[in-house]
Amino acid sequence: MSASHSVLAKAQKKTRQKVKAKKNYQYIGLLYIAPWIIGLLIFQFYPFLSSLYYSFTDYNMVSTPKFIGLDNYKKIFTADPDFYQSLKVTGIYVLLAVPVKLAFALFIAMLLSAKLKGINFFRTVYYLPSILGGSVAISVLWRFLFMKEGVINNMLGYLHIGPVDWLGSPDIALYTLGLLTVWQFGSSMVLFLAGIQQIPGDLYEAGAIDGASKPRMFFKITVPLLTPIVLFNLVMQMVNAFQEFTGAFVITNGGPMKSTFLYALKLYEEAFSFFKMGYASALSWILFIIIMTVTAVIFKTSNSWVYYEDGRG
Amino acid sequence: MRETSSKTNTMLNYSFLIVLGFIMVYPLIWLFTSSFKTNADIFGSSKLLPTTYVWDSYALGWQGTGQYGFQDFFINTLILVVPTVIFTIISSVIVAYGFARFEFPLKTMLFSIMIATLMLPNASIMIPRYILFNKMNWLDTYLPFIIPAAFATGAFFVYMMIQFLRGLPRDLDEAATIDGCNSFTVLTRVLLPLCKPAIFSVGIFQFMWTWNDFFNSIIYISSVKKFTVSLGLRLSLDASSAVSWNQVLAMSVVSIVPCILLFFFAQKYFVEGISTTGLKG
Repeated sequence: MSASHSVLAKAQKKTRQKVKAKKNYQYIGLLYIAPWIIGLLIFQFYPFLSSLYYSFTDYNMVSTPKFIGLDNYKKIFTADPDFYQSLKVTGIYVLLAVPVKLAFALFIAMLLSAKLKGINFFRTVYYLPSILGGSVAISVLWRFLFMKEGVINNMLGYLHIGPVDWLGSPDIALYTLGLLTVWQFGSSMVLFLAGIQQIPGDLYEAGAIDGASKPRMFFKITVPLLTPIVLFNLVMQMVNAFQEFTGAFVITNGGPMKSTFLYALKLYEEAFSFFKMGYASALSWILFIIIMTVTAVIFKTSNSWVYYEDGRG
Repeated sequence: MRETSSKTNTMLNYSFLIVLGFIMVYPLIWLFTSSFKTNADIFGSSKLLPTTYVWDSYALGWQGTGQYGFQDFFINTLILVVPTVIFTIISSVIVAYGFARFEFPLKTMLFSIMIATLMLPNASIMIPRYILFNKMNWLDTYLPFIIPAAFATGAFFVYMMIQFLRGLPRDLDEAATIDGCNSFTVLTRVLLPLCKPAIFSVGIFQFMWTWNDFFNSIIYISSVKKFTVSLGLRLSLDASSAVSWNQVLAMSVVSIVPCILLFFFAQKYFVEGISTTGLKG
C-alpha cells in the first residue's frame, strides 16, 4: 500500500513541476469521483458509524432502537459462552488456514515459474478451484467428498486407514473446512508468480557463481524479494479468513458441537435469525477491532521482515 | 552430466506438476462424473466413473423441488448480475479517470481512504446496511446489489482501473484536447477503447463474485420466487431427502458451468487482473 502511495506522490510531484509549482486544480476531477464519494458516504461511512451507535442499543428492527449503553458488550463478555467459542474456532482457523495457504501458494508458484512447455496449462489447472470461491456448489462438493461414506474415506480404506469422521467429529471438522480454503490458493499464487518473474536472473547467476545451493538461493534471494507480496497476501487473506461464512454455514452449519461455529456464523445468527441488531452490531465492532489490531501488528512488525529494494526496510 | 541432471529435473518437475494438478482438479471431475451416478454409487464407492449411468438427474434437478425451478433461478441470477456488472464497469471507469488524470483538493487523502476501504471488513457494515436497505424498502429486491455498484463501492475495481489508466500515456489526452475533445470525450473516445483489457477484467471478476455470492443473497433475498442459483442450490440441498443426491450434484455442476466457461475464455484477464491488484479467493 505504501508503495502505491509513493508512486502517487511521485506522479503528483511531476505534475506539480510541470505547472511550475503553481497549484493547478482541475475541479472537474471532483465531479468524476463524485459517484464514489456519494457511495462511500451512503453505503460505507454511514453504515460504519451507525453500527457503532446500534451497538449501544437494543434493536429488533420492529420497535425503535433503545439506548442501553454498554449492556451489549457486557453481555457478550460475561454471559455469552458462544462468543468465546466462535472466537476460539475463528482464531484457530485463521492461524492455521492462512499460513498453510500462503506456504502452499508460494510452493506451487515456485514450481510454476519453471520454464517448461505447457506451463500455462498447469497454471490454469491450479487456479481453477479458486474461481469458484465461496460458491454453494463447492460447499456441496466438500460435503459429499468428506462424508463418512464419502469418496475420501473410501480411498483411505484402500490404504487401511479410517474411516475418519471428517465433518462429524468436533476435533476434525474445522480442519476439513480449512482444507477447502487451502485448496483455493490461486490468487495468492498468481501474485507470488508475478513477483518471482520480476526477480532479475543475474541475482541467481551471481549466487551460482558464489556456489550457493538452490535452497540457499531460495531463502537468501527469492524469499526476501517476495516479502512485500507476502505482506499483502497475509493481510488480505487474514481479513477474508476472519469473515469466512459460506463453507461453515453450508457444510457443517457450525457443528458438530459448535466446533465450526465461526464468528461470521455467530454474527449471522444473532442478526438474521434472532434479529438482535444491537447485539450483533456490538459483535461486529469487536470483530472490526480484532481485525484492525491484527493488521496493525502485522504492519508494525513488517518493518523487521519486509525487504524493500530501495533500502528503507 | 549436467544435461542429464537437468533432464531428470525437468522430468521430476513435470511428474510433480501432473500428480499435484490431478489432485487439485480431482474433486471437480468427481463432481461431474458423480452427477451421473446412483445414490449407492455416490456413497460407498471410490470409482470415478459410474457403474450404472443415470441420465435424468440433470432434467429432474433442473425442475427444482417446488413451484420454482433452476430456470427461474438462472434468470433471476442474470437479472441481478448483469446490471451489477454493467454499473460496476461504468462507475469504476469514471471514478478511476478522475483519480488518474486530474488534480483536486484532498486527492491524496481521498485516495488513501479508498485504499483503506479495500481492507474494511464487510462484516462490520453489513448490519446497518441491512437496516438501511430495510428502511428504503429494498429488501427482497436486487437493488442492494445493483445500486451500490453504480456508486463505485468496489474499491478493488476502481483501484484496478486507476492502475491501468496510469499506464496510458498522457500525450494521448493532450493530443485529443488539441483536437477539440473535452475531458469527457477524451475518456469515451480515446481512453475507453484502450481500456478494453481492464474493463474485461473488472467485468469478469464482478460477474464471478456476484454469481457465486451466497452471503449477500441469503440476507437480502427472502422469497423463493426471487432466489438466485446459489440460494436455489441450497434449497435443493435442504429439501432433498436421501433420494436424489445425484440431482443436487447435477445442479451444482450446472451452477458452476458459466464460471468455468468464462474462465477458459478469459484466462488472460484473470491473471492480469490479479497481478495488478491481487485480491480475494
